[in-house]
Amino acid sequence: MRRFDYHRAETLEHASRLLTELGDDTFLFNGGTDLLVEIRERLRRVRNVIDIKGIPGLSDITYDETRGLTFGALVTVGRLERLALVRQRYPNLREALASLGSIQVRNRATVVGNVCRASPSADTIPPLIADGAFIHIYSPTNMRVVPLSEFFTGPGRTVLAKGEIVTGITVPPAGDNTGKAYLKHGRRKAMELSTVGVAVSLSMDDGVCSDIRIALGAVGATVLRAPQAEAMLRGTTLDAATVKNAADKAMEECTPISNVRASADYRRDMVGVLTGRAIRQALETFA
Amino acid sequence: MKRIVEFTVNGEPSEMTVDACCSLLDALRDDVGLTGTKKGCDVGDCGACTVIVDGQPVNACLMLAVEAEGRTVETIEGLQPGVDVLHPLQDAFMRHGASQCGFCTPGILMMAKKLLDDNPNPTDEDIRFGLSGNICRCTGYTKIFDAIKSAAREMEAARS
Ligand SMILES: Cc1cc2nc3c(=O)[nH]c(=O)nc-3n(C[C@@H](O)[C@@H](O)[C@H](O)COP(=O)(O)OP(=O)(O)OC[C@H]3O[C@@H](n4cnc5c(N)ncnc54)[C@H](O)[C@@H]3O)c2cc1C
Ligand code: FES
Ligand code: FES
Repeated sequence: MRRFDYHRAETLEHASRLLTELGDDTFLFNGGTDLLVEIRERLRRVRNVIDIKGIPGLSDITYDETRGLTFGALVTVGRLERLALVRQRYPNLREALASLGSIQVRNRATVVGNVCRASPSADTIPPLIADGAFIHIYSPTNMRVVPLSEFFTGPGRTVLAKGEIVTGITVPPAGDNTGKAYLKHGRRKAMELSTVGVAVSLSMDDGVCSDIRIALGAVGATVLRAPQAEAMLRGTTLDAATVKNAADKAMEECTPISNVRASADYRRDMVGVLTGRAIRQALETFA
Repeated sequence: MKRIVEFTVNGEPSEMTVDACCSLLDALRDDVGLTGTKKGCDVGDCGACTVIVDGQPVNACLMLAVEAEGRTVETIEGLQPGVDVLHPLQDAFMRHGASQCGFCTPGILMMAKKLLDDNPNPTDEDIRFGLSGNICRCTGYTKIFDAIKSAAREMEAARS
């Protein structure tokens, strides 16, 4: 393994200071499931890692009916996956959590780390974007809360500036009139990165779709929304013909590339199939 | 710079002297001398390095040794309850031929132990889900499933 040094941060301020003082090739170390793999496979040059797992106050999970679900930066995928609340209220997020890597990986990997790595195929991002999540950013100069849909600027890139740290994520409350789904498409059922991931979160009022968000993973430089498809669905009863037309629109809205996992054409076709399927699955909540 | 890490392994207080960038897996094998835990891929894919840290199974290759400070680690060497006594899972694996080359076996046994601790009567689907992070290139998995189900039955019988 390439050599690097290890630092333990006591507070956010301390971690932030280390990030600026230690210079380039210094990274926050959370669960390490991306960072250590990238070091071993020589995909990332790392001189220093700053372990944030000893910083107090970043491990909490809270839920209330007005604010929704908030979890800290240190909350692992496995911990959220095992929570009954997540299973009941956020089935789309729960599906993404349970499909990420293996039990062993999920016991170390954090959701915030999955988000901060900013991979277009990261499984937790589509459901969080479909649910309208917000991300909390600690900054020495510019503390802020940003909609997750505005957090990513490209593959592996985010709006975070040097010395800034994500402290947690808030997902708005899930009302009784909401339906959610996440469909992960890969070549096999487990230990697989998404070829395409589609998350849908919708609200129905008196049989009419009052709101819907569609988030598409692994078919663009970042996880994408499908705003035109969403507009076609809002205000309708989500009948089969409308859903079909919207799914076709989502195929036009995505910008997939070809790589080892699939061709661009195949990914686009799967966006059509999975968007329709995810909407139907989200609607089953009301059946 | 080397660091001294104090932790508990298989119930015994222990110490290891490691580089900051050393994985828990390398430290257990090279410094503590517990070579039962295997290195298949070193990047989280194969599960051969599975150990249980503070009650949760993790890939020892994806954890730094320095992170083990003050924590409790269980490895395959701690699975058997006594010097000449096997854990029911170990016994069942031998009887069913669930281990061939044996390289995946320590990781699978640790995962299976955790599975049965949480869920004494797992279905095939539960076993499949529980072992999805453990690769075996020899057995075709069928005998591993047979052994786990047989151990589950024996442990159930021993309890009642
Ligand atoms: C075998 C294996 C299988 C996998 N399968 C999947 C899969 O199916 N789907 C999937 O989506 N992912 C998968 N992953 C990747 C997944 O484990 C990671 O993306 C993980 O969620 C990252 O979290 P972490 O805590 O391990 O982050 P780390 O590796 O510690 O960090 C990841 C990145 O985020 C930065 N970071 C971490 N915390 C913060 C913070 N608080 N503020 C700012 N930046 C931060 C780090 O500096 C680093 O750049 C897999 C990984 C492995 C090893
Ligand atoms: S050696 Fe750790 S998972 Fe393969
Ligand atoms: S027995 Fe050889 S890999 Fe499983």
